Amino acid sequence: MSAPAEHFESAERQHQAAELGMWVFLATELMFFGPLFLGYAYGRWSFSEGFAAASRHTDVVIGTINTAVLLTSSLFVALGARAVKLDRGAAARVLLLCAAGLGAVFLVLKGLEYHDEWREHLVPWLDFRFARPHQHAAAMFYFLYFGMTGLHAVHLTIGIAVMVVFAVRLGSGPVARLENQIDMGALYWHFVDGIWVFLYPILYLVERHG
Amino acid sequence: MSAGLETPLQAASTLGTTVDVLFLTMLGVTGAVAIAVAVCIGYFTIRYRRSSGADRSNPPSRVRWVEVTWTATPLIIFLGIFLWSSAVFSQFYRPPRDALRVHVLAKQWMWKVEHDNGRREIDTLHVPVGRPVELIMTSQDVIHSFFVPAFRIKQDVLPGRYTSLWFTATRSGHFSLFCAEYCGTSHANMGGGITVMPQAEFAKWLASGPEQAGLAARGFEIYRRVGCSGCHEPTSTVHAPGLTGLYGRPVHLSDGSTVVADETYIRDSILQPQKQVVAGFAPVMPSFQGQLDEDDLIALIAFLKSRARPP
Amino acid sequence: MNALPAEQSLPGKVLHEESYLREGFTLRSWLLTRDHKRIALLYMISITGFFFLGGAAASIIRLELLTPAGDVVDAETYNKLFTAHGVIMVWFFLIPSIPATLGNFLIPLMIGAREVAFPRLNLASWYIYTLGGIFVVITLIAGGVDTGWTFYTPFSTLFSNSNVVLAVMGVFIVGFSSILTGLNFIVTVHRLRAPGMTWFRLPLFVWANYATSLILVLATPVLAMTLSLVAFERLTHIGIFDPALGGDPLLFQHLFWFYSHPAVYIMVLPAMGVASEIIPCFARKQVFGYRMMAYAILGIAIIGFLVWGHHMFVSGQSMYASIAFSLLSFLVAIPSAIKVFNWTATLYKGSISVSGPMLYALGFVGLFTIGGLTGLFLAATALDVHLTDTYFVVAHFHYIMVGGTVMAYLGGLHFWWPKIVGRLYPENLARIAAVTIFIGFNLTFFPQYLLGAWGMPRRYHEYAPQFQLLNEFSSTGAAILGIGYLLPLGYLTWAMLRGARAPSNPWGATGLEWETPSPPPKENFAVIPRVVRGPYDYHPSGASAPSGASAEPQA
Repeated sequence: MSAPAEHFESAERQHQAAELGMWVFLATELMFFGPLFLGYAYGRWSFSEGFAAASRHTDVVIGTINTAVLLTSSLFVALGARAVKLDRGAAARVLLLCAAGLGAVFLVLKGLEYHDEWREHLVPWLDFRFARPHQHAAAMFYFLYFGMTGLHAVHLTIGIAVMVVFAVRLGSGPVARLENQIDMGALYWHFVDGIWVFLYPILYLVERHG
Repeated sequence: MSAGLETPLQAASTLGTTVDVLFLTMLGVTGAVAIAVAVCIGYFTIRYRRSSGADRSNPPSRVRWVEVTWTATPLIIFLGIFLWSSAVFSQFYRPPRDALRVHVLAKQWMWKVEHDNGRREIDTLHVPVGRPVELIMTSQDVIHSFFVPAFRIKQDVLPGRYTSLWFTATRSGHFSLFCAEYCGTSHANMGGGITVMPQAEFAKWLASGPEQAGLAARGFEIYRRVGCSGCHEPTSTVHAPGLTGLYGRPVHLSDGSTVVADETYIRDSILQPQKQVVAGFAPVMPSFQGQLDEDDLIALIAFLKSRARPP
Repeated sequence: MNALPAEQSLPGKVLHEESYLREGFTLRSWLLTRDHKRIALLYMISITGFFFLGGAAASIIRLELLTPAGDVVDAETYNKLFTAHGVIMVWFFLIPSIPATLGNFLIPLMIGAREVAFPRLNLASWYIYTLGGIFVVITLIAGGVDTGWTFYTPFSTLFSNSNVVLAVMGVFIVGFSSILTGLNFIVTVHRLRAPGMTWFRLPLFVWANYATSLILVLATPVLAMTLSLVAFERLTHIGIFDPALGGDPLLFQHLFWFYSHPAVYIMVLPAMGVASEIIPCFARKQVFGYRMMAYAILGIAIIGFLVWGHHMFVSGQSMYASIAFSLLSFLVAIPSAIKVFNWTATLYKGSISVSGPMLYALGFVGLFTIGGLTGLFLAATALDVHLTDTYFVVAHFHYIMVGGTVMAYLGGLHFWWPKIVGRLYPENLARIAAVTIFIGFNLTFFPQYLLGAWGMPRRYHEYAPQFQLLNEFSSTGAAILGIGYLLPLGYLTWAMLRGARAPSNPWGATGLEWETPSPPPKENFAVIPRVVRGPYDYHPSGASAPSGASAEPQA
């Protein structure tokens, strides 16, 4: 499918359109996450002690490992997209599958983390318990924590599925036909990673040793 | 719905009269612009209608001086109105020091009013002519809004905090009170009236209610009954901040910041004591959420306000 | 400069001479279409349905308000009616109206493209709109929602006994329809313009929808998240907006209005775009100050993001915040004023014919002017204290949205109807309808300015007796307005079926859309045109000029 869609005068034009479309979409995603970041800032400012107390219970070990996992996956995605441009389909397949695999590792670790938090009664609507006097602030912190990381995980899952589909399709047919799509997919993956780069410090690091 | 209460065309408060001058000026300016635009459109449409032989040579597509004028002129007028309005608006937030304080509790779907001496009313508010009145308001449930069209005042009344408004009525009479923030089923019926009376009559009215402890006295009774005095009196063995002269004083908090002890601070300290802990004190005060209702809180606040520092 | 391949006329493809309407008559050919023109018609049918549904709610409201007593419906029903009216009219009629119908149909034609950038996404956006609509209809059937279209907390999260979660889900869903439409338009205008169609040769209708699309993609996601938080709060009582749990009801208001103020510019900018197409055509004159008009559109969009706090002057927000928002609100009025002056100046030394579309467009300018001027009263903090939450505000926004946007939408429908359906509508009926609507509208809403200034609060199903006379005028006007709206529903439908066949360019208008047959074929252009002139190349003193592009065959 190297010919452009009917209404584009050239493949390059179609690629430019797809790229602009992806950037606009990422802008909408940023605005979608925005209110949660605002809510976090509001909570940090209004209940600084409560939020600090709550954030000490996040699992910084898993959080840090997950950050390394995700950043590495982004590296693999970037290398995979580059491999496609160099017409190395087999290498690209491996790289994208590794990225997807690392994404899956992230989700598994996150799942374990959620399970632990559930057992520690830190899930706001499932038998939440937190030491007085910070129980309300902590509930709000964990609501934002699960909300933001959950939304992030949903986006990551979509990214993993997309990478797997690319890897499969790289196995049949000319590599070049997928170059534009994989570039867009890579952009999306980096954006999801970028969101995590903000989530990690605000949820795991701030006031850890306050 | 309270019938027979009027919303007069002439404002019945000092600030209201100022607002009306601004309103009429706006009306004049915007009316002039609207008429000018309408006249131009009408005139051009008729004069340059297709069948007319009017001169259409050299139609302009840009006339710089005209465009600059019609950009700069509205800008200057708007800035003028903005500055005027902001000045008037800031007066809404500066109640005179000698204002008569009245507490208002809004709930679905009524206004509960309590004067300092304990005299209560529902859906009505008696005030004296010519004396500033300040309303300290909170809601028991959802957001309401205290609206007196005759005084040109309105203020949203929120749960969990206090908002205030003030006015000085300029003439006697009955004036409509409406709730102006949609608050549920009977929002439209949450009205009432402000009754403005000459000062002497008002004093008589205020004193003539059913015998009742004043707000501050009631607050003192609660202060002892629920145990505040157990920690906050100087004779207590528990190290707790003293409360004499607290109201209006700056308070240094444990996180390094400083706040002024207003109504909302006092209310929060009683209901959510961990939210703002005083510097140098352990966060051991229990919360009284659920034990005290809004009426009790208003009384406690009135009591604390009455406890000035000894000279 | 992008070099064009020699063959721009779809080699090896049989060009459809037939109109897009005749490209398949099955339901499937419509429901699975990728043709922006068919998608525009799908939207048109849906939003018309919702318009009359929202209008039905309004009719019952005005009937109730004929007398001070609440004797037509009970309070709870009335509250559900004004909520339904607001939710339906804002999200299911006004926001999609011009962009999703006229925008979808015309933007590719106006820029010389065959399609929008992402045709399948376009169809998806209509399905998402329909899904959102189904949720709203289910909400109504399940008993409605009574929070007002503004969903203020804590009433919506903790106190309302109605179907809040269902309702916000419907709005959440339809928001994504808006986002996809906006995304599509942005990419289309950036990447699919015909050769020679530079930014400053674009018709103002395209500029207007482009700026609207910027707002759509940036503001709507904030609404989506805000409504999600309302749903979460209602279901789980986390406490984000509940002061007893440390939350803040004002946080909701900031988040909500951060979207909902730009939303009103989503509703009015496309209408301004329509006016800028109609007025030059029927004045036979270049629009006055084209560049300033384009800059003003962008200015309105950008400053419009900075004024949301003017909905909260008496909410308990800080006095300083209010003053800042007041200043910005005065500033956003400047570009709007410039546009009104420029439309008026376009008429000067023109050659004006007062056709149906022109009546709607001039009506738009007049009513938008009044609505905009009354906005200044509300921008002035000291006046807003008295006027907010009264019928003055109701009148203000109806002047802009109904006197403004709906009139412009109707004007645009009439202007482009020959192009869309290939037939002419009866011009005399159009003029009668325009005048009826203008009269009915003013009779309905002007008294509401007086009611508000006098002190009648909004969202009241019963009111103090002194307000009755003005309410009677208003309700009478509403009846006339309703009849006025039924007229075009009737004769435009009739025209679609039995009107006289329309030529390519019945109005002698400029613009690439008029270079195609009426209705256009599926691919819009046999040969992609090469643009050599700017827009609105009209000459009032002579015969109608050649149109703004020459379809030179490519070398």
